[in-house]
Order: sequence, then structure tokens, then C-alpha cells
Amino acid sequence: MRLYEYQSKKVFKQYGIPIARGRLTTSACEAKQIAADLGGCVVIKAQVLATGRGRAGGIRLAKSPQEAEEQAANVLGLDIKGYPVRKILVDEAITVEREMYVAIIIDLITKKPVLIASAEGGTYIEEIAERSPEKIKKIEIDPVIGLRDYQIREITTYIDLPREYWRSFNKIVQGLWQAFVVMDASLAEINPLVVSSDNQLIALDGKMIVDDNASFRHPEFPEMLDPDLMFPEETEARKYHFSYHKLEGDIGCLVNGAGLAMSIMDSIRMFGGSPANFLDIGGGASADKVLGACKIIYADPDVKAVLINIFGGLTHCDKVAEGVLRAMSEIHPQVPTIVRLAGTNAGLGLKLLDGSNLILAETFLEGVQKAIAAAKGEWSEHID
Amino acid sequence: MSILIDKKTRLLIQGISGSHGLFHSQKMLEYGTNVVAGVTPGRGGEWVLEGKIPVFESAKIAVEATGANASLVFVPASSALDALYEIADAGISLIICITEGIPIWDVIQASAYLRQNGVRLIGPNSPGVITAGESLAGVIPGNICSAGNIGVVSRSGTLTYEVLYALKRYGLGISTCVGIGGDPIIGTNFVDILEMYEVDPHTEQVVLIGEIGGEEEEKAAEFILNEMTKPVVGYIAGLTAPVGKRMGHASAIIKKGLGKAAEKIDMLQNSGVQIADHPEEIPQLLFH
Repeated sequence: MRLYEYQSKKVFKQYGIPIARGRLTTSACEAKQIAADLGGCVVIKAQVLATGRGRAGGIRLAKSPQEAEEQAANVLGLDIKGYPVRKILVDEAITVEREMYVAIIIDLITKKPVLIASAEGGTYIEEIAERSPEKIKKIEIDPVIGLRDYQIREITTYIDLPREYWRSFNKIVQGLWQAFVVMDASLAEINPLVVSSDNQLIALDGKMIVDDNASFRHPEFPEMLDPDLMFPEETEARKYHFSYHKLEGDIGCLVNGAGLAMSIMDSIRMFGGSPANFLDIGGGASADKVLGACKIIYADPDVKAVLINIFGGLTHCDKVAEGVLRAMSEIHPQVPTIVRLAGTNAGLGLKLLDGSNLILAETFLEGVQKAIAAAKGEWSEHID
Repeated sequence: MSILIDKKTRLLIQGISGSHGLFHSQKMLEYGTNVVAGVTPGRGGEWVLEGKIPVFESAKIAVEATGANASLVFVPASSALDALYEIADAGISLIICITEGIPIWDVIQASAYLRQNGVRLIGPNSPGVITAGESLAGVIPGNICSAGNIGVVSRSGTLTYEVLYALKRYGLGISTCVGIGGDPIIGTNFVDILEMYEVDPHTEQVVLIGEIGGEEEEKAAEFILNEMTKPVVGYIAGLTAPVGKRMGHASAIIKKGLGKAAEKIDMLQNSGVQIADHPEEIPQLLFH
């Protein structure tokens, strides 16, 4: 789950990382009041989960409460890369002397957290990394001993941070590490970390990604999730804990396992068809979960045929068959459905499907080919 | 013969009393696996599966009482970290973890500890390991493969079943099939398993099933090119998958490759690996 800037900075604050004073709002009128409370000169920042916010006009300076109201109205009307701006952060304006970059991320290649810092930060950090990689310092963190102060000192000297800032820099980076660990983050990024004109280090912008799998020890995660953010079918998918992505084609796919689901998509393409979605019901799905997945797929108006390919290990094919049959009687889909069941309890599952009007396939490839034919309207001649 | 497990393996099952644990323990017994014990805290002293398998309070007691030398983990994701530490401290040197959805930080910590203590971890999010005709430790359906000389290693669960089933229908048998697990961070990678196949006298050729993401297929390609003499056939899923979401700027800064399927296929082909276009083509590319 990706956190908004305001959520990330709220976490930073809890871990002792200085942030600019400010408040979140959804109205231009309130923005004016917040600006007045903060002394007049503020920055209006669109809260969207898209990169390139600044370049899209989502960050604006206002020199008076009046101007804050106008700019807030402008920003609230924006659509940034498909994300309508519904919330804005009104922060006190900070005069910046220097911008730096600090982040902790799990490196999936080394399988360890890594601390990354750069003497220069800001919007163009990726270009900096590309153009002058020597400006970026990376330090691997051993999960057993954690991040040590000596490693942070390596960074402060590398990025030429004047000695008077070392103590507060150390406190910020240790705070970021604590936040990273305690929040089960896969990313915690401060960009930019600035030196202000009154010689303070301040996290001006922040980004965090937290691990959904750790929700069992984070009762706060569900309330951090923004329902506005998801398409209705994705909300539904989240409810049943399966993974769904809408694609452009016309063959609805219901598969167990991400690898197999991708393989089905690839094979459909290879034989001249086009998948309408990626849907992985995971392992050990119940009939209810299968029913939920069917509802999402059949509700998609682009779908001309549905391929259900289940190879049961943890998943019991009889449970899948039960879910599919319930979907048939509740939804009465108008498009042909191809079902291929194999593995755990496949015999029981196929027995349940006996007498239904589903098109059965014995193998992976047969299922794929029948689904492609069915989507092209040639399905009747393919029934065995 | 085989790698990792054989008919002498004495298997302990952590989380045997749950519904998956019980169902699959039964299947493993039917397959002929030497299941010697179960562990479920709070259920010690019970016997399950028609009184055949004793359940113990702790891993330590179970290992002492039964001489178990491998463990299969079915516990929920929320207690997986504890279960992994517990079984390692009980002196077991092979852990196969089926549990999916374990927080990534827990896996990082567990792998670091297990590696320090010389314990091999397969998974998490693994479908298990099967040595055809000898031992099944996991949830792989036992009837979809027969004994032979092909080693199968895969990051996927169900896609592996497709391949095993296709091999069987084609009349080809396997030595050992290892599901290394689908999570971004796992205890044992392709290269570790390829090393074992290379020296296993009963494995003559290998099937490698990969997918998009990470760099493990690339590392495998390098190993195959430089160290392997046995032929390898590969398949990579995700050629048409939409490009994944970005993780802030930091991921762009640390990432070398993007883990795309086409790049993996290229590298494997350059190492002499024959790549199948779809899972059912794999048997045709193997020696007969």
C-alpha cells in the first residue's frame, strides 16, 4: 500500500523527523484559513499517488491567505495522470538553501534493506542518479544488526554535510530506519531533505510504501487505505484477497496462482487472442471467493468469453466448481465459459459440473484454444 | 536418488492441525512420505490422521522424540517467523515453507538467521518438494508425476503442476521437483538448486520455470553458462504482463535490470537453454 505525502510525513513526525507545519484539507476556503494560521506564506500541494506532481502544476506557492484560496481552488480542480485531486496539503513555505535525498528501500536483488543518500535531491533525483551516479551513496543494512551510526557518518561525509548538521541528520536517518522497520515498509523516502534558511534540516516531501502482508500487526493499515483510489472491481478484489488487473482484451481469465495466470495470458496472446484481465484467486480459495471473482469478470462488458483454468494444489477443484455453478445460477452469464480443472479433487469438481452448459477442456492448451475460438464467436463448433 | 528429500526423510509438519495441514498430511502419507510428527502448540499429546501421527507441543520435543530431519511449515503467516526460528533452534536442517503472505521483513530476518545456522529454507510460498515415487513434502498433487531423470525447479506453484502433468502425459518422469516459492525474497534460489542437480547422479536434464521480476533467472543463466554440463529447458511466464508499478525514486536508483521476461529469455538462450513458448511445449524440447 502506497501512502500519501501527508500520511508519510505524519509517520515521519512520530519518529522525530522534522516536517513543515501544515494541515490537510479538501476545500479552498479552509486552505485560506490554514494559510492565515500559518502566517500567510504557504505551499499548496496536491495529494495524489502520481509522480511528477510539481511538473503537472500540483504544487503552488501562495504569498497570502487570499492567494492560498485561489491556488487551492486551482489545484483541487486538477487531474494528475488520471488521479483527480481531492485533498491538498497546506504547508508553511520554507526557504530552501540546499536539497538532499535520503531513502531506505528493500533491494530485491541483494535481499537486504539499503540506505540511499544523495548530496542533491528534488524532482530530478532519477536524472542525477543516471547522469552522475557518483553523487549517490548506497549503504547495505544488515538485518541482524540494523542501521548503525557509523554508517550514517559515512553518508554525512560523502554528501559533504557541514558538521553542525551531523547530529540532526543522524537523528533523522535513524528515525527513518525506525519508521521503516516498525511500519513494515518496503520504501521510506525523504525527497527533498532540505537545509532551510534558518539552518534547520526539514523533510519537505515524503513517500512510504508499507507491506499489506503485515496488516495483521497493523490495525491502522485499513484506515490508511483510500477508497477513492481504487476502481470498484479492485475494491471488490481486495475484499476477497485476490489480485485483479483489468486489461484491454475480451477473454476473461480466472486462474489460481500468479505464474499460471501470466502463462495463460501469454498463451492466449500467442495463439491470437487477447486477455480481458489478470485474476489470480490465490491458493485454497473457497466457493465464495470463486463466486466473487466470477462476479467481477462477468460484470466486465468487454468480456466475450471466460476461461477458468484451475490446477489444484492447495485449491480444491470441487470448491471451485461449486463457486462457478453458484455464479452461473446467480449471474446467468450470456458469454460462453470454458472450464479446465486438474489436480486436487478435480474428479469431484468435474462430477459437479456434469450436465451444466459449461464448455470443458482437458488441458491448458485446449482451454486456451477453446477460449480464443469462443471469444471470436466460433465456439459452437468447438464443443466436443 | 534425488535432491533434498528421499524415502529416508523423516518429515515433521508444523501446523498439522489446521485444515490444509491435515488434508495434505493425509495426501503425503498416501504418497508414502515418512511423516513422523506434527507440531501444534496447545495440541500436544493428540494423535491425528486415524491415530497414525503424534502431535507435539513444541518442535524441540518433536525432534527429540521422533528424530525428524525435515520440516514442512503450514502455520498462518502471522506466526510463521516464530515457527521458522523454533524449528531451526530444534536442530532441523531443512525447512520447506508453504505459508504464503508472510511479511517481507519477517522473511529477511528469518533467512538471515537460518543462513547463519546452516539451515536450508525452501520458500516461503512454496508448493513443496517431490521426489517421484519416494517422498512428497508439500501440496503438489502426487499423481501428476512419475519417476524419471528430469529435475524441475520453479518459482511458481500451479504453473509447475501444469509442467509436471504435461511431462507425465508425454511419458517423461522426474527425479525431484522443487518449488522454490513465488515471493520476491525466498530462502533458496535457482542457482542453489541447479548446483544440486548438476551433481545428482539421477538427474540427467533440468527444466527451469521462471517468471518476470527479480534477477534470479539472470543469475541462473550465468551459472548454466559457466558451471553446468547438463542440458536445461526453460520457460518464463509474464511476456505480456503489464509493466509493474514503480516504487518511488529509490527503486529506479537501485535497479539494474527491470526483470522483464524478454531479457531473461535472451540471457537463458545465450547460455544454451532451450526456451518453450508455452508450458505444454516443454516435453518436446527435452531429450527422450
